Amino acid sequence: MERIEEKLKILADAAKYDVSCSSSGSKRKNTGGIGDASASGICHTYTEDGRCVSLLKILLTNHCIYDCAFCVSRKSNDVKRAAFTVEEVVELTMNFYRRNYIEGLFLSSGIFKNADFTMERLMRIVKKLRLEEKYNGYIHLKTIPGACEELIKEAGLYVDRMSINLEMPTEAGLKMVAPEKDHESVKKPLAFVQNQIQEYKAESKLIKHTPQFVPAGQSTQMVIGATPETDLEIMNVAKTFYNDYKLKRVYYSGYIPINTENSLLPQVGSRPPLVRENRLYQTDWLLRFYDFNLDEILNPKHQQLDLDIDPKLSWALRNPHYFPVDINTADYKQIIRIPGMGRQSAMKIIQSRKFGRLCEYQVKKMGIAFNRARHFMRCADTPIILGSPSMEYVKQTILQRNSNKYLKETSSAQLTLF
Amino acid sequence: MNYIFDGTYNGFLCCVFEYFEYKDTDVQLQVEGDNATQTTLFGLSKNIITDLAKAKRVQTGLQKRLEKSVAMDFFRVFLSEDRKAWAASFSIICQIFSGKTNILQNYGDEEVLYFKQTLKKVSRERHRMKAFIRFSKSSDGLFFAIAEPDFNVLPLITTFFKNRYTDQKWLIYDVKRKYGLLYDKQTVMEVKLSPEEKYALTADAIITLDEEDEHFQNLWKRYYRSTNIEARRNMKLHLQYVPKRYWKYLVEKQI
Repeated sequence: MERIEEKLKILADAAKYDVSCSSSGSKRKNTGGIGDASASGICHTYTEDGRCVSLLKILLTNHCIYDCAFCVSRKSNDVKRAAFTVEEVVELTMNFYRRNYIEGLFLSSGIFKNADFTMERLMRIVKKLRLEEKYNGYIHLKTIPGACEELIKEAGLYVDRMSINLEMPTEAGLKMVAPEKDHESVKKPLAFVQNQIQEYKAESKLIKHTPQFVPAGQSTQMVIGATPETDLEIMNVAKTFYNDYKLKRVYYSGYIPINTENSLLPQVGSRPPLVRENRLYQTDWLLRFYDFNLDEILNPKHQQLDLDIDPKLSWALRNPHYFPVDINTADYKQIIRIPGMGRQSAMKIIQSRKFGRLCEYQVKKMGIAFNRARHFMRCADTPIILGSPSMEYVKQTILQRNSNKYLKETSSAQLTLF
Repeated sequence: MNYIFDGTYNGFLCCVFEYFEYKDTDVQLQVEGDNATQTTLFGLSKNIITDLAKAKRVQTGLQKRLEKSVAMDFFRVFLSEDRKAWAASFSIICQIFSGKTNILQNYGDEEVLYFKQTLKKVSRERHRMKAFIRFSKSSDGLFFAIAEPDFNVLPLITTFFKNRYTDQKWLIYDVKRKYGLLYDKQTVMEVKLSPEEKYALTADAIITLDEEDEHFQNLWKRYYRSTNIEARRNMKLHLQYVPKRYWKYLVEKQI
C-alpha cells in the first residue's frame, strides 16, 4: 500500500467514531474560487452501516498524549500511528471536492505536544484551503479544548462549524474513563465561540460587510452506553447544552466496544446500543421540533426510554386523556402530538381541511404511519366507539401489526443465549 | 378530445392555451410518437403546434396567480416524464385558470396528491444527482461525469454545478436522454454528442484520463472502506439511501 493510502486508512478509521457528518447550515458563497456551501447539506454517499458520508472526515494525527479508555487513539492502545502533512490534507480535500465526492472537510486531531500546538497545525490547513486554494466548501473543525482564545477566534473566521465533544454525558461518567478530562474544559470554549457568534451577529446588523463567524454554529457529541447514565440524565445534559450554548446539534453515539483492557467498559463483541441511540434522537427531535417538554417524556418516574416503541407513542399511551384528536378541528400543535404523525403530514392536513372534512382514506395517503396514528385520531368518517380501548390493548395491536425491527433485533439476540 | 403535442414543456403549455381558446371537453394529452393506443372512442384529436409566444403567456399567467416558485413546480413535475402526472398537471392548471388558485393546497384531492408526490420524487432525484455525480478528470483538464437519472433533472442542477465548480471545465452527460451539460468556465451549454463521442464516454478509449485520476479514485475507495463501522452494519438502510441502480456510476461502489 502506498504511504498516503495507508495514512488515509489509519486516520479515517480513527476519525469515524465522531458521528457528526452534517454539512448543512452554512451559506458560504463561491467568491471567485471553487466551491460553496449548500444550506441543506448534501450526503454524497452512504457506507454499509447506513451512515451518510458528506465530509472527508479525518484526523490530522492519531498520536495523542491522553489515555481516554473509550477512545481508539488512546496513548496506551497498540495501534499504528500516522500523521498527515498540511499539504497532504489540502491535496486530498481539493481533489475529492473537485470530483464531487465530498461537501468538504471534517478535521480533527489527537493532541500532540499540547493544545495550542495542535490547534495551530489545524489552522494552517484551514488557512491554506481558504486563502491559497480559494476553497469555499464546507469545513467542520474540532475546537481543541485548552487552545488559546486567539487561535479559536481566528479559526472561527475560516470554518463553517466548530464542535467539541462532551464524550460522556456526565462529569462522573467522564472521570471513570478519562480521569485527565473534565466538562469544564468543554464548556469554556463552547461559551467563548457562542459569544463571538453573537458579537459578530450584532455587528453585522450595524456594519454591512462583517465577516462570517462559524456560520453553521456549534455541535457536540456524547457517547452512549459506555458509562451507566440514564436516558433522563443524558437528555437533561442535552437540553442544558442546547439552551446554554445554542448548539445546532447534540449527537448521541452508541458506544462501540474497542477496549479489551478496561473492565468498566462494555466488552469487545457486545452489540452497540443502536436502538437506544435511535430513541434518544427521537426524543431530541420531539423536544426541538414537536414542542414537547422533557419531563413529559422522561421524568423521575420514567428514567429510561422504552426500546420497543418510540417515545411519542410511549407518551401517548401514558396520556390517553389527550386523545383522540379530531384532525378536522384540532390545531397544528395538537395534531403533531399524534403518534405516527409528522410535521409535514400535519401541515398537509391543516391546508387540505379547508376544502372539506377529511376522511380516513384521504389522510392515509398523505404519508402518515396509519397503523400507529389510527388509535389516536378521529377523521370525518371514523366510527364512534363507545368507551375507549385500554392502552395496553392499543400497544399490543400496534406491535403485532408492525414488523418491528427493534423487537426482531432484541428477540434474536436473546434467543442466541440459549 | 385528444391533444397531440410534441412532448416539450412549451408544447404542454400550448395545450392549456388551446383548451381555453376552444373549450374542448374531455381533453386527453397525447405525445407525438407515443403508442397511440389511447385513441378515444370517436377518434377525435387535434395536433397542437408549439408556439413559444402562447406558452409564455400561459407561464406568465401562472406566475400571476401563484408564487413564482410554485409556478415553476409545473415545469419540475413535467420533467418526471410521467404521463399520469402530466394529466394531473393539466387538469390542475386548468382549474387554477378557472379561479381555483389555492387548489394545490388540497391534498385530499387525488390529482393534487399525485402532483405533489411526483414533485417530491423529482426533487429527490435532483438532490441525488447533486450528490451522486462523480467527475473524472481527463488529460486535457475536463471533469466529466455520466449519469442515468430516473427523471430528466439536468435542467434543475445546472445552477448548482455552475456556482460550485466555477474554475474547472465540466461535462455532465445523461446517457438515457442522450444530452449533456457542458461548462466552459463561462456558460453552461446543452450538448448532444456525435456517435463517436458517445463511444468515447462509455469506453475509456478516446477520452484519456488524467494520470492522477485513478490515484484519487483509489484513495476515495480506501476512504470509503475505512470510514465504515463494521459493528453497525445495516445493509437495508444502506440500500435505501444508495439504491443499486445508482452504483454503476459511483466510484466507491466499484470493486
